[in-house]
Amino acid sequence: MKRYAKSHEWVEVVDNSATVGISKFAAEELGDVTYLEMPELGSEIKAGEMLGSIESVKAASDIFAPIGGTVIAVNEALATDPAILNQSPEEEEGWICRLEKINAADLAKLMSEAEYLEFVRK
Amino acid sequence: MPFIANTDTDRQAMLAALGCPSMEELWKRANVPAPTFDFSQLPEGKSEFEAARHLQHLAGKNATDLVCFMGMGYYDHFIPAAVAEILGQSGFYTAYTPYQAEASQGTLQAIFEWQSAICRLTGMEVSNASLYDGGTAVFEAMAMALRVGKRREIVISDAISPIFREMLKCYSANLNCQIKYIPACEEKSDQESLLAAVTDQTACVIVQYPNVFGTMEAWADTVGAIKAKGALAVCVSYPTALALLKTPGELGFDIVVGEGQPLGLPLSFGGPYLGYMCTSMKLMRKMPGRIVGQAKDAQGRIGYVLTMQAREQHIRRENAMSNICSNENLCALGALAYMTLLGKEGLRNVAELCLSKAHYAMERLTAISGVQRIGDSPFFNEFVLRLPGDAGEIAGRLVCKGFAAGMPLGKYYPGRENQLLVSVTEKRSRAEINLLADHLEAVL
Repeated sequence: MKRYAKSHEWVEVVDNSATVGISKFAAEELGDVTYLEMPELGSEIKAGEMLGSIESVKAASDIFAPIGGTVIAVNEALATDPAILNQSPEEEEGWICRLEKINAADLAKLMSEAEYLEFVRK
Repeated sequence: MPFIANTDTDRQAMLAALGCPSMEELWKRANVPAPTFDFSQLPEGKSEFEAARHLQHLAGKNATDLVCFMGMGYYDHFIPAAVAEILGQSGFYTAYTPYQAEASQGTLQAIFEWQSAICRLTGMEVSNASLYDGGTAVFEAMAMALRVGKRREIVISDAISPIFREMLKCYSANLNCQIKYIPACEEKSDQESLLAAVTDQTACVIVQYPNVFGTMEAWADTVGAIKAKGALAVCVSYPTALALLKTPGELGFDIVVGEGQPLGLPLSFGGPYLGYMCTSMKLMRKMPGRIVGQAKDAQGRIGYVLTMQAREQHIRRENAMSNICSNENLCALGALAYMTLLGKEGLRNVAELCLSKAHYAMERLTAISGVQRIGDSPFFNEFVLRLPGDAGEIAGRLVCKGFAAGMPLGKYYPGRENQLLVSVTEKRSRAEINLLADHLEAVL
């Protein structure tokens, strides 16, 4: 089950390992993504801290960590083909990074999919 | 009346927002003396004609026809008349920021060509559209290195221009970083100490090539070692010299910056000058400033557009790569015109002439009793002389003979009061060099 942040990232936790990406809404708002700056492997990040950034043809925005944790993997495929992020931001191949040693308490502050969709509608 | 746009009401509103009762109190709290100016001391107004005559009289006091042996980053090179003619074309002269590609192909192509030319000269992969001047370019290189990672230390060789060092100090005063300065050894950079100063917190090491004393140094090994420690190697370079020397790109530098004035811009108090900045493909997204790219339109025709703008301040606001840079378009165009008019061979000829004339001048000047050269390293077109007295005073005596004999180093390097940095460009004739030597011998 994905949980969503107000800054438009999603996180899915399976067995204490979290996968992070950006929402479909965010991807649509950004337009064609041209470049992603990924977090450094091994970096310890708190919820709300900058994970990386996304450049598109019309904007550049920061990606914030929806929950705290340690970065153990980044999606290298996005470096060569950033368009994946536009095509399937919330699918399996659209993930940005994986976190371990996560701070599970942060999850409570996030929204469910229904809550998030309601949030972006407003 | 003082030309200050704020009205008394504006000022009261601002003071109220600060919770400050008066301007006097504001100055007091800011711990700066209140500015005072006695307007009653101003003379009566002058007519336009009177003012022009007065200013011409003042301007006439400037010595503009001295035979110039001064350098230290800014050089008296010959500029073909065609450079000014090209700059004067109204399409170039009046055009502003080329955001509208469909209306700005000429300007955009010129910037693209400038980027290509400076990349070839420095041996680097990408360049931006230029920066204000050499000093701000060096600062932007430093800021770029700080952006690349989390390291907060900067190592700077004292053998880079003291003007640039002064600018770095000022620009970085409120940045979260520490600067370590490594003293120069006579005419050389202290490569060993520079390398030893690099820690796991060092963002970059900034050196100059040829260095501020004109010395050409081998950097490849030290650059390799700096990079092996995870820091970036930044090169400040004199573009004319690069026509002859191994390029900073070949030496492995990550960022190359410098002053573009030697490429066809006249010497003038404070400019307008031209900063250039090049880097690798790997680091290009951390580079500040405008970049022009080549693209194809819907019909497959080549066109030029601003590219990677998402990093820039009109889109990224306070998160932009830099909020204090712009490009110096007309000056970059002048430099491009200069490089194009001279061509690869011409630029190389200029560099060779500088080098050989400087070596002739060194031989001629050090033949004078009491005048020695500092060190014996290979040099490009500048070298340091030790004079038998205060170099500033001696240079002052030579001004009366019509010569700007060089830069006295004492002002920037305490302990070097007797040293004079002499620079020779292709414009200096054998006769002028001989005459300088004769006058120098006479005034000692």
